[in-house]
Amino acid sequence: MSDPRALYHETIVDHDRNPRHEGPLPAATHAATADNPLCGDVVTIRFVLDNGLIADAAFEARGCALSRAAASMLTERAIGTTPDALRELASTFDQFVQGDVSGASLGELAVFEGVRAFKSRRACARLPFHAALAALGDG
Amino acid sequence: MTVTDLATRRPDFPALATRVHGKRLAYLDTAATALRPQTVIDAMVRAAQLGAPNRSVHVLAEEATAAIESARDDVAEFLGGRPDEVIFTSGTTASINLVAHAWGHAHLGPGDVVIASELEHHSNLVPWQMICAERGAELRIAPVDDAGRIQFDRVSFEHAKLVAVAHVSNVTGTIAPIAELARRARAAGALLLVDGAQAVAHLPVDVAALGCDFYAFSAHKLYGPTGTGVLWARGSVLATLPPWQGGGGMIRSVAATSSTYLDGPARFEAGTPNVIGIAGLAAALAYTRSVDLYGHTAADEARAHAGLVAAVRAAGGRIFGEPEVAVVAFDLPRIHPHDVATLADAEGVALRSGHHCAAPLHARYGAAASSRVSVGCYTGADDVAQFAAALAKLREVFP
Repeated sequence: MSDPRALYHETIVDHDRNPRHEGPLPAATHAATADNPLCGDVVTIRFVLDNGLIADAAFEARGCALSRAAASMLTERAIGTTPDALRELASTFDQFVQGDVSGASLGELAVFEGVRAFKSRRACARLPFHAALAALGDG
Repeated sequence: MTVTDLATRRPDFPALATRVHGKRLAYLDTAATALRPQTVIDAMVRAAQLGAPNRSVHVLAEEATAAIESARDDVAEFLGGRPDEVIFTSGTTASINLVAHAWGHAHLGPGDVVIASELEHHSNLVPWQMICAERGAELRIAPVDDAGRIQFDRVSFEHAKLVAVAHVSNVTGTIAPIAELARRARAAGALLLVDGAQAVAHLPVDVAALGCDFYAFSAHKLYGPTGTGVLWARGSVLATLPPWQGGGGMIRSVAATSSTYLDGPARFEAGTPNVIGIAGLAAALAYTRSVDLYGHTAADEARAHAGLVAAVRAAGGRIFGEPEVAVVAFDLPRIHPHDVATLADAEGVALRSGHHCAAPLHARYGAAASSRVSVGCYTGADDVAQFAAALAKLREVFP
């Protein structure tokens, strides 16, 4: 049995306590909300798409530290990248939390390594990515 | 009656020997499901070797039938009702759905009102939403005050046909004034259904004294198995209910295109009965008698209850309502309940986080979720101390 404290890397706690890009985004061109009916967590991701680039991103989240931190890191990574690059990141992150690939290409998001051992908490980290994909029109 | 103290009760529960992340288990999730004593497990293993009840006439079948009817007598005695008023179901949820559908289809129509409260578990709310929508009836919700008490004086009982209420809230741990409510319901010409899922582990139940018409509970909240429950229905009311589920065991005669039905509990027990679960429930009732639950165990429970409340307050937590039984829901500043549950688990403390299937009540307290600790007849001061230490350690991760 893994120690559940491994879920709470100090970077995750920092993003929960000092979230980047949290709040509304009045200029948003794309937005979607994802929820987890099992636990009640709700995450909204908003993007400003301009000339094929994600020019700005923001989130609002009601949920645990894992879902909030993942949303915060996602918005940081999204700004300045393309929708396709973000889709690629989401796919890699998905495989990473399931233990299928390493986190070498994930940068700061690799601190979610702890959720691999806790199946019930993987959904928390993935929730903002589901919202982001829906915002980009991927359902 | 064998009355035992905490130290001699604990070895009755094999699950308490579980090591969690290298720590002793402090099981504070009895409100979700109570641990089962070895006598219940043994009774279920014995019942697993029996035949099919109510059908065949060989020895193993006769023993199965006898086990069920003996359990029906035990449940009747436990609730203060008659055996022919005791219907076995798969749990409280199925019991309430049975009433909503069987009674609702026969007795609810446009202009009629069902009254429930803001603190109901979804299982005593959603079935009423469904049947009221289907029958064109109105569902009226009694609000809850800060203390967790239902304010029935703030709803009109005009046109009420049924009142559905939890005996004990699974979030606030408050006790509804059932006897008083029964008088008011009767005066309005309405029936009273009581969801006893949380009550049976903490309060002795006497349906005659309560004056209700239906009482539902689940075996697994009372040291018995999951998948097994009871609906007690007052005999005179039971006689007015058409069957809900059709099948074997509930019929008097069957022709190719029509059937006639049995009376009493059998009418509502279509299909082969859950012999294993029902035997487990009977053993659980025997266990509660042997330890004098509600009597001898009450002092231990009261101490644990007070200790849990004090631990939450010491951690700066907010308690939802003013619990009257040892079911304490709380939240802590700047830590989400799911993170509380995961970090408590790291310390060997089993507690529950979420909306506890009471989303409207959480909305009333301005929260999406809470953490909850609850007490069983095996809970002691060491469990409370382990919980208090776990709350203190939360601040190492979330300063």
